[in-house]
Amino acid sequence: MSESRFLPNFESIAPFSRLTESGILDSGESPMSDEAVLEALRYMTLTRVFDDKATSMQRQGRFGTFSSVRGQEASVVGAASALDPAKDWIVPQYREFPALIRHGYPIENFALYFMGNPKGGTIPANVNMLPMQISLAAQIPQATGLAWGLKMQGSDGVAITFFGDGASSEGDFHESLNLAGIVKAPVIFFLQNNGWAISTPRENQTAARSFAERAIGYGVEGVIVDGNDLLAVHEVTARAVAKARAGDGPTLIESVTYRTGAHNTADDPTRYIDQQELEKWQQKDPVERIKNYLRSRGIWNETLEQEMLDSCAAQIDEAMEIARNTPLATSDALFDHVYAEPPQRMLDQKLDWANRNGGAR
Amino acid sequence: MIEAIRECLGQEMDADSRVVVIGEDVGVLGGVFRATDGLQARFGKERVVDMPLAEGVIVGSGIGLAMSGLRPVIELQFLGFGHQAFHQIGQQVARLRYRSQGRHALPLVIRSPFGGGVRTPELHSDAFEAFYTHTPGLKVVAPATAYDAKGLLAAAMESDDPVLYLEPLKGYRLTKDEVPDERYTVPLGKLRVARAGTAVTLIAWSAAVNVAERAAEELSEQGISVEVLDLRSLNPLDIDGIAESVSKTGRVAILHEAPLTGGFGGELVATIQQECFYSLEAPIIRISAPDTPYPLGGVEDLYIPDVDRVVDEVAALAKASA
Repeated sequence: MSESRFLPNFESIAPFSRLTESGILDSGESPMSDEAVLEALRYMTLTRVFDDKATSMQRQGRFGTFSSVRGQEASVVGAASALDPAKDWIVPQYREFPALIRHGYPIENFALYFMGNPKGGTIPANVNMLPMQISLAAQIPQATGLAWGLKMQGSDGVAITFFGDGASSEGDFHESLNLAGIVKAPVIFFLQNNGWAISTPRENQTAARSFAERAIGYGVEGVIVDGNDLLAVHEVTARAVAKARAGDGPTLIESVTYRTGAHNTADDPTRYIDQQELEKWQQKDPVERIKNYLRSRGIWNETLEQEMLDSCAAQIDEAMEIARNTPLATSDALFDHVYAEPPQRMLDQKLDWANRNGGAR
Repeated sequence: MIEAIRECLGQEMDADSRVVVIGEDVGVLGGVFRATDGLQARFGKERVVDMPLAEGVIVGSGIGLAMSGLRPVIELQFLGFGHQAFHQIGQQVARLRYRSQGRHALPLVIRSPFGGGVRTPELHSDAFEAFYTHTPGLKVVAPATAYDAKGLLAAAMESDDPVLYLEPLKGYRLTKDEVPDERYTVPLGKLRVARAGTAVTLIAWSAAVNVAERAAEELSEQGISVEVLDLRSLNPLDIDGIAESVSKTGRVAILHEAPLTGGFGGELVATIQQECFYSLEAPIIRISAPDTPYPLGGVEDLYIPDVDRVVDEVAALAKASA
């Protein structure tokens, strides 16, 4: 045998990147205009402000358990910035705050959801997204079917679905990539490899060298990108979106990033995370990196930074105020929207619950 | 019955271009029971799709198809394989309307044959309806006649709620009754009085209705008048229809193929004692399979309640007093 037929048999893959860790662009042209980068930075900043605010409210008992985006802002925003909210769909997990807000989901709904108010789940009629998914990977088949359905009906819209390295171990991941490859669904599988599934390291999820290379087994294109490089993430996602729109099928994007915060507000990462590794990744902070890039372009300074921070803080404060002033849900919230045509028995229960909880409404 | 299902699918697909059929072997083969025979030739491979062998993504992608604006009909080849899609059915299909606060309707139908009696290989034949009736947000229907099979399927496809439509494996070819050519619907949530009677109410659904009717015939020869109720729909449940019969007879037997413990019969007993306590003249009985796994085909006739057993138990019930 002159050649090995045993797979895999290829070199390790370096993630696609455009910016150095200090924010210097390579010799090519930027895939994003300065305006687009500034807009993306604003979403990243908005996310930091929201995460800080929500975390502090959670500590005071005024917010529920939630997962911050910290460390993954470029990954989420870079992907979202390649979408057209008018026709593209987001099928989220739960760590994609800025993508959902950019798509039109109100910040106050996001907040209400994590405050435990079912009304927070309300998705406005013109916003193309599914509810956040808590049952990991269950959203991936739905995104595949949604994209496939758009294609069947002649739309050139695409669906992007977010999930993590942990969720990729679920059967739904496998079944979805397999189907998407067969029907050439216009779907982008955006896998954020942030190193951790709560406390379980990436090495416990797969023996494969990368998550991206698993795409090959499904006849699907896979790409690996530096998830802390806004420009690189935007570029590969935009390419995958264009490909899907043109009818050329799905792409699996592995965005290599790092969860520099806790899994959620109930988690204590000091029990399992390696401090040195964490510090190494903190040095690669995606927000600082893109700011350095903007400085190198001569369009970023402390004044602009303060203005952006202030405007983001005002926007978050306003949304949190709306959420705080939204009345607590009544018992009707247990029953509304369960069915298009509810069974009589459930309607009887609704009335009974209302009577026991402060009178019928 | 299988012809009635096929005819309904064809008529609905003709009437509404948003209807698509997906499942294992539903295309060229026409389904392992031929429920979709000829549909792919008529409506094309885009609308009648042979899916990879993966129940999770069959149901999960069906959810996505529904949200994109289509009205998918999903065939699960056997309800026994529904376990591999259970997370998508119970946690996703049934809740997406609620979780999105009404933004996403899920007009999808999951068709699946269930129940035993036809000597299938292992793990095909369980009657798992109670898993799904315990799933708020999901409607569950189980027709026993060809007429109802067509009309309930049309109603399920018309509904903006997700519906699990259970087909009696044993009734596919055995059940033959008159089915009008034209399109019609049978409302979800209304039972059918399969046989009128005065002494005992015998409640069944799906393939068990046939057993109940034959037992009622034998019992009538013994002078016991049995009213057979074919529930047709488990959720919504026609509680008024049940109460009307029970208030007349005062004696109730519930017949199902599923194991006793946790079966839907338990739900019926609880409901009836609450709604009709003062009409009851004897304890309600349940006639069911034992609390054991569904067996291999060679002994399934010992497992599923048969006519003789129903006759014996109902005859005893007719004489029992509270």
